[in-house]
Amino acid sequence: MIKIENLSVQAGAFRIQDVSLTVPSGKYGVLMGKTGSGKTTILETVLGLRNASTGRIVLGDLDVMGLNPAVRGVGYVPQDGALFSSMTVRDHLDFALMIRKVPRAGCQQRVEELANLLGIEHLLDRKPRGLSGGERQRVALGRALSFQPKVLCLDEPLSALDDDTRVRMCDLLSNVQKQTGTTTLHVTHNSDEAERLADFLFRIEDGQIRQVRPEP
Amino acid sequence: MSSHPEQPAAREPIPDANSGTSNIVGGRDLDAKQIAVSNVLFYLVFIVMGGTYVVLIVGMLLADAAYMTEKTFDSLTSEGRSLLSVISHNPIATALADKRIQHSIWLSLISCTMSAVISVMIAIPMGYLISRHEFRGKRFLDAVLDIPIILPPLVIGLILLILFQFPPFRWIARDVVYQVPSVVLAQFSVACAFAVRTMKATFDHINPRCEDVAITLGCSRAQAFGWVLLPEAERGILTAFTLAWARSLGEFGPLLIFSGATRMKTEVLSTSVFLEMNVGDIEAAVAVSFIMVMAAVVVLILTRLISPSQYGIQ
Repeated sequence: MIKIENLSVQAGAFRIQDVSLTVPSGKYGVLMGKTGSGKTTILETVLGLRNASTGRIVLGDLDVMGLNPAVRGVGYVPQDGALFSSMTVRDHLDFALMIRKVPRAGCQQRVEELANLLGIEHLLDRKPRGLSGGERQRVALGRALSFQPKVLCLDEPLSALDDDTRVRMCDLLSNVQKQTGTTTLHVTHNSDEAERLADFLFRIEDGQIRQVRPEP
Repeated sequence: MSSHPEQPAAREPIPDANSGTSNIVGGRDLDAKQIAVSNVLFYLVFIVMGGTYVVLIVGMLLADAAYMTEKTFDSLTSEGRSLLSVISHNPIATALADKRIQHSIWLSLISCTMSAVISVMIAIPMGYLISRHEFRGKRFLDAVLDIPIILPPLVIGLILLILFQFPPFRWIARDVVYQVPSVVLAQFSVACAFAVRTMKATFDHINPRCEDVAITLGCSRAQAFGWVLLPEAERGILTAFTLAWARSLGEFGPLLIFSGATRMKTEVLSTSVFLEMNVGDIEAAVAVSFIMVMAAVVVLILTRLISPSQYGIQ
């Protein structure tokens, strides 16, 4: 579950005041809004990359307010993928496992599982340079899912893709989310993407979040 | 002229270009020929203006090489040696055979390397903090870091000398001032500023999201820095190192004041050039400067090879 309650965040001159939303466990939540509406700020606050001034964020059954982002257990896929240029795709997929000192056999098994799930087996020994936009986002998604997070946060993950790739990535995201059952919060300005993916659709306008679907 | 056949075509009106729009009243038709001439002039002026500097640089290097070749063959003809003896009897070989120059080369290599290593070790954390964090006094710090770059080198030497009049520096002054450590310190004082600028630019170019992602994946700040940021900054670190090294090699003013120019002790290559000129041995001075030119060229090539894309040289 992702539960945001009466959250207020100050981001420079920009302020989000008293917003709330809930995505139940295992569901796919989409937060829609225009550029500059503050949706990324909210996502960053969930991730712990930005401090909230007031309010509460509960992930699963854990209140994560003030908790270090490293231990929140949230997978993060940023807009541009932000892949590590010096690492191979395989290194990306077992990076979080290496940090957690998972034994080698366990890492290998998980990497194969993820590569299979995302259809990137053939890319495992390549570095990010030269990967297509869709491939990069698959790798970023695999990296975020590698440590089996309770929650997945996606920040406009498909905005840099062409239409065909976007449709295919939407299907992939939807399948992966259903297979893994990870509670997801996806931020986008694209209404088509939102329609395709959302179990729970929210819209942010004028600093307020409104639940569009299902109607509250 | 080769542009003649194109002119009539350029003068012809483009069919239907104005259909559906009303003509603009007044003004005059644009003359394609005039624009073409102007474009040629534009590039001509820019190439000549920019080229002057390139001619100066290449001219200096060629003159240096020509001078030495001339001296080599002068000694050949006057002393009636064989052509093969050019290998052992030329200004560079003579300079290299000189014990004092050998000492100077070694001290230069060691001091420049030490100063570059220390510069990079300080530039990495400094560049990171300035690039990634906003804090009170950041602008002031940024300005302070420019001081070694804009101060006259001689003044830096003098200030260093004065600094060692005060504790705690005074307590170690005997082992530093006019001794080998002062060479490294004088070189480092200026080189580090360049290394910090390079490292800041390097970290500015690395997507901060990479670090954010690493942290959400479970990294501490240090782990994210070590595992993700440092490998991404590899080329920048090498560039900072070579820049600091080259800068140290060229250091002279501060050394003269802070380290002295004692032969076989604090003499580095730039000091050698000065000392040889002082005793009127222009040949030796040119030979040593040629060794420095070679070292600088090697460093330059290495830098370009290491970081072709990061600094816009694709």
